[in-house]
Amino acid sequence: MRLNKIILSFVSALVILFSTSVVSFAKVVGDKIILGAAISLTGKYSSNGVHTQNGYNMAVDRINSMGGVKVGGKTYKFDIIYYDDESNPKRAAQLAERLISQDGVEFMLGPYSSGLTKAIAPVTEKYGVPMVEANGASRSLFTKGYKYLFAVLAPANLYLDVAIDLAVEKNNGKGVTVAMAFEQDAFSQDVRLGVLDAIKRTGSKKVIDDKLPKELNDMAATLVKVKQMKPDVLVVSGHTKGALTAIRQISEMKVDVPMLAMTHCDAAKLSKQHGKNSQYALCASQWHKTLTYKDDFFKDGMTYDADFTKEFGYAPPYQAAESSAALLVFKDAFERANSFDQKKVRDALAATNMQTFYGNIKFAEGGQNVDKPMVLFQVMCDDAGKCENKVVAPTKWASAKLIHPIPSWSKR
Amino acid sequence: MDFMVFQYPMISVQACLDGILLGILFALIAYGMALQWGVMNIINIAQGDLVILGGYIAYFMYLYGIHPAWGVIVSPIIMYFVGIAIYKLVINKVVDRDLFISILATFGISILFMQLMNFAFGADVVLANSDYGTTMLFNNNVVLPNSKIFSAFISILFAICLVIYMKKSKLGRAIRATAQNARAAKILGVDTEKVYAATFGINAALCGVAGALISITFTIHPYMGLPYTIRSFMIVIVAGLGNLPGVAMSGMGLGVFEEFADYILGTEFRIGSVFLLLVLILVYRRFKLSRKREYLK
Repeated sequence: MRLNKIILSFVSALVILFSTSVVSFAKVVGDKIILGAAISLTGKYSSNGVHTQNGYNMAVDRINSMGGVKVGGKTYKFDIIYYDDESNPKRAAQLAERLISQDGVEFMLGPYSSGLTKAIAPVTEKYGVPMVEANGASRSLFTKGYKYLFAVLAPANLYLDVAIDLAVEKNNGKGVTVAMAFEQDAFSQDVRLGVLDAIKRTGSKKVIDDKLPKELNDMAATLVKVKQMKPDVLVVSGHTKGALTAIRQISEMKVDVPMLAMTHCDAAKLSKQHGKNSQYALCASQWHKTLTYKDDFFKDGMTYDADFTKEFGYAPPYQAAESSAALLVFKDAFERANSFDQKKVRDALAATNMQTFYGNIKFAEGGQNVDKPMVLFQVMCDDAGKCENKVVAPTKWASAKLIHPIPSWSKR
Repeated sequence: MDFMVFQYPMISVQACLDGILLGILFALIAYGMALQWGVMNIINIAQGDLVILGGYIAYFMYLYGIHPAWGVIVSPIIMYFVGIAIYKLVINKVVDRDLFISILATFGISILFMQLMNFAFGADVVLANSDYGTTMLFNNNVVLPNSKIFSAFISILFAICLVIYMKKSKLGRAIRATAQNARAAKILGVDTEKVYAATFGINAALCGVAGALISITFTIHPYMGLPYTIRSFMIVIVAGLGNLPGVAMSGMGLGVFEEFADYILGTEFRIGSVFLLLVLILVYRRFKLSRKREYLK
């Protein structure tokens, strides 16, 4: 009997505890606007998940310390409830459900990666919860007619088409031959579609079109074909492992190709892991610290880079920068909507037209940011072997001149 | 389908050499698996994860400025003790049980290792640079990274040492005796418990060597272990237990098969083709077995 009583009181204590915590997690409490986010803190995306979280936290602290968000004459501060989605799409969808229906969150921030954003978007859409996401670039996110999804980053199909344009430009406007190697995931395949469009548009020709497996760590076969076919451009996209494997094997197999364009170079810390072997690689990036965009909170890219490095002890990859930008967008939308009504905030988000340190932000019908071009940087090393990423395209932002064609291995 | 590999003879040569070098490395991992399968009747699903852990040891040496090739010596020593620890904690409780139980137990270890490695080392893909350069053959038409040649050479070296050790040393003889008949060995005074622990340790050490070589040749990542488990499982299935030349041959065969599948079907079907081959071989074996059984009736 006594045991029953103890159990009963324990359970009721738990119930009380949970019910109070649910109340305190409602959307806007006191002077707090509570946003929800499922982020990959463990699992295979955990490093980029942490970059995303750091980016969010940095912006929350900055906005709160600089006066917060002013809605209806009152000042509010941002706060974020995080859950760990374990890099698992199913878990991410469950957590989104939980954030919205249990914790009462009415505004969401995106997770890391296109795959997880794809899993969450139907949930936020169902409940009419506006979500500003910074790490899902897959084109398929923006063709589903989602009304509450807004992405501050350029869609995946724009990642590498700049490289094809650049190669054509260097070839006096004539078409080039392109070798492609893309991983078989949503993101990389979208990058591939963009490259295919560019090939068609410029009258170029694809000579190799390889698909790379998820457990990729050997792409020697593709590179042997590249040696044989001698294309003008080699395009590789397979997340960090694709970038690392490509550079390792290109340098080991002495593959000479006039232009090498990739994604995920900075996430792979290419120049750190491969040093001079990564020299001359062109990398697509959403952001680079030398870009001269400005805002009132982070000033510009260089300042953001310095502040972030001071706070977290490492230089911000673009994943962090775009995550910070997402909060600037939310703040701007809340103030313009001057309300916490989800519909009004959604409409304000759709009408966003602003500049942040990360770039211009203006959403198209599908929710993607159409006002921010991708940049290409090239890895350049000095004689001492110290390598740096320098922006070479588009010309407007270029801080160095493109080295083209890449010198052959025998001359390096 | 792409038949470029047959149009250019040099690509075939390249594919064969790449495959053989790779296959020798696979064979080393498979030999460890065959050893413990034969002795303890345990199929170790965590084999690939032990390999990756060994790779991380070499990688951390590289991070601290030591040439990763030394990982070939340090990694097996550490991994030997890791193996003994796993044995004492988990395997000794399932060693006499059903094969299925041991598969489940090692599957659990595999998941645990993946998550722990991810937790401890992060989810980044990493590699260790050996800067060994490249060997060019046939008028520069065939390129072999020296790191691949190095790993094949080291694999062969370790395999030879192990064979000699198994033949000559007291423990090696005890291991072989236990593999033949554990009960008889026990009656004759062999401490089978110790033999089991040592076998598991030796297997983990072999994985350590292979891991160090993989970190030099390819890339490592906490979740990349499974393809190595599958490959070694397949090699053992083809070669049978306790048959080192068989393991070496089927390892190289698998390497060449993979390379050709890569060229002909495309890289995306590389691992898929290994799985397919595994299914075919299992079906074939079963078919052969059932015929034999009918004959015996």
